Amino acid sequence: MKYTIPAEEVMCSGHKACQGCGAALAMRYALKALGPRTIMTFPACCWSVIDGPFPYSAVGVPLFHTAFETAAVVASGIRAGLDARGEEDINVVAWAGDGGTFDIGIQALSGTTERNDNIIYVCYDNEAYMNTGVQRSSATPWGAVTSTTPARHFKQERKKDMMAILAAHSIPYTASASVAYPEDFVKKLNYAKSIKGTKFLHILASCPPGWRSAPELAVQLARLAVQTHVFPLYEIHEGRYFRMSMNPKKKPITEYLKPQGRFRHLTEEQVADMDRMVDERYEYLLEQAERSKPYFEDKKGN
Amino acid sequence: MQKVIMGNHALSWGALLSRAEVIAAYPITPQTEVVELLSNMCADGDLDAQFIKVESEHSAMAASMGASAAGARTFTATSAQGLALMHEVLHWATGARLPIVMGNINRAMAPPWTIWTEQTDSISERDTGWLQIYTSSIQEIMDSVIQAYKVAEQVYLPVMVVLDSFVLSHTNENCDIPDQSKVDAYLPKFENAYKLDVAKPAAYGGLTGPDWYYELRYKIQKDTERSLDLFEETGKEFGEMFGRPYGLVETYKLDDAEIVLVTSASIASTARPVIDQLREEGHKAGLVRIRVFRPFPSDLLRKLLQGRKKVLVIDRNISFGMSGAFYEETKAALYNEKSAPPMWGYIAGLGGRDVPVDVIKETFLETIKEDHPEGDIIWIGVKK
Repeated sequence: MKYTIPAEEVMCSGHKACQGCGAALAMRYALKALGPRTIMTFPACCWSVIDGPFPYSAVGVPLFHTAFETAAVVASGIRAGLDARGEEDINVVAWAGDGGTFDIGIQALSGTTERNDNIIYVCYDNEAYMNTGVQRSSATPWGAVTSTTPARHFKQERKKDMMAILAAHSIPYTASASVAYPEDFVKKLNYAKSIKGTKFLHILASCPPGWRSAPELAVQLARLAVQTHVFPLYEIHEGRYFRMSMNPKKKPITEYLKPQGRFRHLTEEQVADMDRMVDERYEYLLEQAERSKPYFEDKKGN
Repeated sequence: MQKVIMGNHALSWGALLSRAEVIAAYPITPQTEVVELLSNMCADGDLDAQFIKVESEHSAMAASMGASAAGARTFTATSAQGLALMHEVLHWATGARLPIVMGNINRAMAPPWTIWTEQTDSISERDTGWLQIYTSSIQEIMDSVIQAYKVAEQVYLPVMVVLDSFVLSHTNENCDIPDQSKVDAYLPKFENAYKLDVAKPAAYGGLTGPDWYYELRYKIQKDTERSLDLFEETGKEFGEMFGRPYGLVETYKLDDAEIVLVTSASIASTARPVIDQLREEGHKAGLVRIRVFRPFPSDLLRKLLQGRKKVLVIDRNISFGMSGAFYEETKAALYNEKSAPPMWGYIAGLGGRDVPVDVIKETFLETIKEDHPEGDIIWIGVKK
């Protein structure tokens, strides 16, 4: 069997992530793809803790911790600083959680994307403000319980479609990914590295404490999110052309929901409602992918 | 080269001569001409810089942080609401020890909407750790940008070059624009010893507990104190090279002065003929213009002011519930001195209200009339 993931480890052991942390896995794979000629910036997020307290650091690349709403634009600044000094081959990566991306960081991210600054933005999405104790974010899915959306008044709003918002900026490349499919994630990062402009990767990162699930199920749940069509893996090229990265036969949504305490309160009817929302979204993506087929046939390869 | 330029363009020229490598800015009245000229300088290739046209002032400062952390000489400019929006990241720039230089055009804070001059915007940021220079001429604005980099890059702290809106920002004066080669000799290319470097991976700004945070703050204070000497040295050196020396303060007819006005910015220029008039009328008046406000030149002010009969301070800013900042801090500097003079604190010119010769003279005459100040605030010319 041929592995496409580099054997080299850039990230070190000794980080401070919880057991079964999807965000830690995401970083490990990301750095394998990005390599040591990478500079990162983190806004406030789980990774500002995971990396380790001063003077330690687990990422093995230069890292600038920054304010919550500034990840994208600090990356823009680093890029400009490096370009001014002729260091154009270094990857500049903003690495932010869903709060720092979907909510407080969306303005700066929109600015960076509109200018098409040459950076990679990775949102590791654990679907709530996990670092501050599981408060809802606009990435929290409909139906979920968080510390600010209790079971008797669970999250009533659907998850914000961040990929569509990014695509609306005519961003050259945006892709969803999952820690359960590292080869797909690494492939997408390699593509992101190979093109200029703003690249946005949205990776679902399971969170055992926040999702109220067993740490040993972290990868399995991330995989089930894809297999139940809850978190489809796809790409959008040039903000217009969609391509499904995989199109698995749908498993019952309950397989994904049941192991997670955050969905335990949902009635059968509510689960059916959620299932409908998932199908609606998935069908929309399939339609877009169908429409985009000629584009990828012309493109050949990528 | 001699050229008649506006105050805002003096900031742009200062950035150009300093060979800024990254500029990130967002437009706000009365700052717009600063970034417009810089955009043109970049477009024409006169300035070899990356220009990031950000979507807010918050992002202007955040982008400047990223660029500066990557080792580039970085410039931005803003005013009032924009500066206030930056507040969080102003602290960040200091804590991250980034030698960014920023122009701030003093504009009064809204509401109500206003665009005219007042210092409360930059005074509100005095505790962010930014070093602050208050200028009083177009030439000084340009010269101060160059000096600001020289100080910032030695102490790894950001510097704000401050000017009055319209009174300075939109006033044209003849300016000596020095040769680039001379400026290069004064301000060589900067190599940041702590930049983000793939050859030396390190994390900056990570979680720090009570066991080290305190020491990091101590270091900022120590370097801020050190910057006081550096402002003096670099100002002196600037004088040797360009014929225009600068200090922490500027004095006028101070030597034998018995009654001394302490003020800042353009009010200080207007005050000079007032001093002349008063002297003709038999009053021994003198002037101290505070140029470097952060760090506050307490030692120097103690030296210059103790033993005088009376000191009056005019502030074009207000800390509600207390007084004007220059008054507050000058008084604090002299509190423990045995021969500290009585001190009068005047508020004038808020929201761009003109502070002409007559108004300044009125503050002097009020001060001369009284034996001791009553209270901490005297409002001049307020319609009650």
